[in-house]
Amino acid sequence: MTDNATPILRVEHLSVALGGRPILRDVSLDVDRGQLKVLIGPSGAGKSTLLQCINHLILPDAGTVSLEGRAVDAHRKADLYAFRQQVGMIFQEFNLFDHLDALSNVSIALRKVRGMSRAAARERAMAELERVGLSSRHALYPAQLSGGQKQRVAIARALAMDPKVMLLDEPTSALDPELVGEVLAVIRDLAKGGMTMVMATHQMDFARALANEIVFMERGAIIERGSPVELLAPGAGTRTQDFCSRLTDLCEESC
Amino acid sequence: MLDKLLVIWDALPYILEGSAVTIATVLGSLALGFCMGVPMAVAQVYGGRPVRYLVGLYVWFFRGMPILVLLFLFYFGLFQALDLNLSAFTASCLVLGMASAAYQSQIFRGSILALPQGQLKAARALGMSDGAAIRSIVLPQALRLSIPAWSNEYSILLKDSALAFVLGTPEIMARTHFVASRTYEHLPLYMTAGALYFIITLAGLKVLRHLERKTRIPGYAGYGI
Amino acid sequence: MFDPDFVFGEMLPALNRGLITSMMLIVPSATLGLLFGIIVGTGRVFGPAWVRKAGDIYTATFRGVPLVVQLMIIYFGLPNIGIYLEPFPAAVLGFVLCSAAYNSEYVRGALLSIRQGQLKAAQALGFSKLKTVLFIVVPQAVRRALPGCGNEIIYLIKYSSLAYVITCIELTGEGKVVAARSFRFTEVFLFVGAYYLFLVTLASWILHRVEQHFSIPGFGRAKQ
Repeated sequence: MTDNATPILRVEHLSVALGGRPILRDVSLDVDRGQLKVLIGPSGAGKSTLLQCINHLILPDAGTVSLEGRAVDAHRKADLYAFRQQVGMIFQEFNLFDHLDALSNVSIALRKVRGMSRAAARERAMAELERVGLSSRHALYPAQLSGGQKQRVAIARALAMDPKVMLLDEPTSALDPELVGEVLAVIRDLAKGGMTMVMATHQMDFARALANEIVFMERGAIIERGSPVELLAPGAGTRTQDFCSRLTDLCEESC
Repeated sequence: MLDKLLVIWDALPYILEGSAVTIATVLGSLALGFCMGVPMAVAQVYGGRPVRYLVGLYVWFFRGMPILVLLFLFYFGLFQALDLNLSAFTASCLVLGMASAAYQSQIFRGSILALPQGQLKAARALGMSDGAAIRSIVLPQALRLSIPAWSNEYSILLKDSALAFVLGTPEIMARTHFVASRTYEHLPLYMTAGALYFIITLAGLKVLRHLERKTRIPGYAGYGI
Repeated sequence: MFDPDFVFGEMLPALNRGLITSMMLIVPSATLGLLFGIIVGTGRVFGPAWVRKAGDIYTATFRGVPLVVQLMIIYFGLPNIGIYLEPFPAAVLGFVLCSAAYNSEYVRGALLSIRQGQLKAAQALGFSKLKTVLFIVVPQAVRRALPGCGNEIIYLIKYSSLAYVITCIELTGEGKVVAARSFRFTEVFLFVGAYYLFLVTLASWILHRVEQHFSIPGFGRAKQ
């Protein structure tokens, strides 16, 4: 039984080395229900790896991940698949299924993993597409969609599974600038609606406005963490702010 | 076991001479196929409807028939009917070349079509005639793009050249068959022949890969074909 | 020149007989060649290292050696080690082994062309490995492998004529016999050619229709 005091997602002492090189070093993180945690940091910091370790797309060498108090046993396939059904993931490169139209992309997991009937899955999928504003494009294939539309379909696909937590791995990094806004709008609505999310991003305005906590990572470890106000107030002198201002110089965003 | 190796050893010079004939056949057919295939491709892309239709017909005919049937049809049939007394070697080169032209024309056609439209437009804007533009702008690029597919054609032609033995051309296959029917050591002999074809294939592909690298145009990696 | 007695009395019956033999060669060879090619191609992508290596060697060998040499080895060579095959089974075996090598190449290319990210996305949604293969990999791989494998069947129609070389008398063989007997090579082989042209054209048309049926917008060549 979970109460509001227990974090909905708990990551404890996660470590992983890929190709002999340590990528994550003893990372621990707690996420409370309804929180939006934003991971920021330079490339190679391990943000993407951390997200993929949480849902075990990459198997950690050490450490545990617990959802609603229950630890995941990575070695029991059934446990793993059940866990993944409850954790949604959004990828930088969208990763829509090329051979299915938008509606089928959203409904396929409902049918093949959850076992819903075709009609029920279709209805649910249409509702999710409606939610992200793409119900009119349900019959289009990924190749016919813009980047922003693809990512919104990907979000609908993840939402259809009723996840308890959503992991977003730089969802707007692969998008042309003018398409970033439509995706951020959807993510903002999700946050306002109370979805628990862990998101890696370079979108500093967004993070500052909506994150409950910013987690700054570098070289596989968490260096700083705190609310946007704490870390990014003028004169705070934090590593986060330093990184952020360098980003600003590059992309001329206000930070 | 040793006597089998001796058989191969004795027969090797004789069979290796056949590889000269094989290579000559392949080169001759490739060349004929090239000389016919390029104009056919240009005609199909830039020509008028009757020309496109004729080329299409030729391609359909020569790609639709088995090589063996073409060899019989021409060597025992049409060439005799026309009173042409061609050697088996010449006839093989001609038939294989004509068939290859059909395939090569499609390779080059694909490459030409893969080039952006702008190339020809720019050439015309400079005042070049279409002929000059095709010769000095389109073809050099299209031919370079075709090298991978053309390498494939080389390897196919090499294998088809083995069929020339039914006409009596004294290439690898014919000679292996000759020795085998006298010594009854079919297995080791044909495996040797197979190894020989394999080596010639690899050598040729290596040469073509070298050619591809030497004529590489920067920015064209993975372009088109 | 055109002698109806010859054409209808002697040639066409022989050619039709040969055509039936050809079809009896082509159909099993194409089917088994495709099946075996899928198995080898899949093994070359998903199998353990030794399977991949063995598959690569098999494919390189059977694609690098002329089919006619392979047939000679099977029919004339195997008796040297005590394996005696009749012409027909020998021909089918040769066609299957060669065709499977080419098919494995197309299947392998198709499997490799599926972008890894989609597999990750499927896993993230909770798909098991088996379900990922069945519902995400296979539908895409089939579409990508279709042109190559389809063309391989068309090649098989033409190269079935090589059965003649190992004394399996199919369409080409019957033609040779009739032509040699009557000295009417041009006529006979024009007809033989016409038979093959018809088969090849029909097969190409069917392949084209199948490709169209399965086509998906934007799902063309493998993107690099």
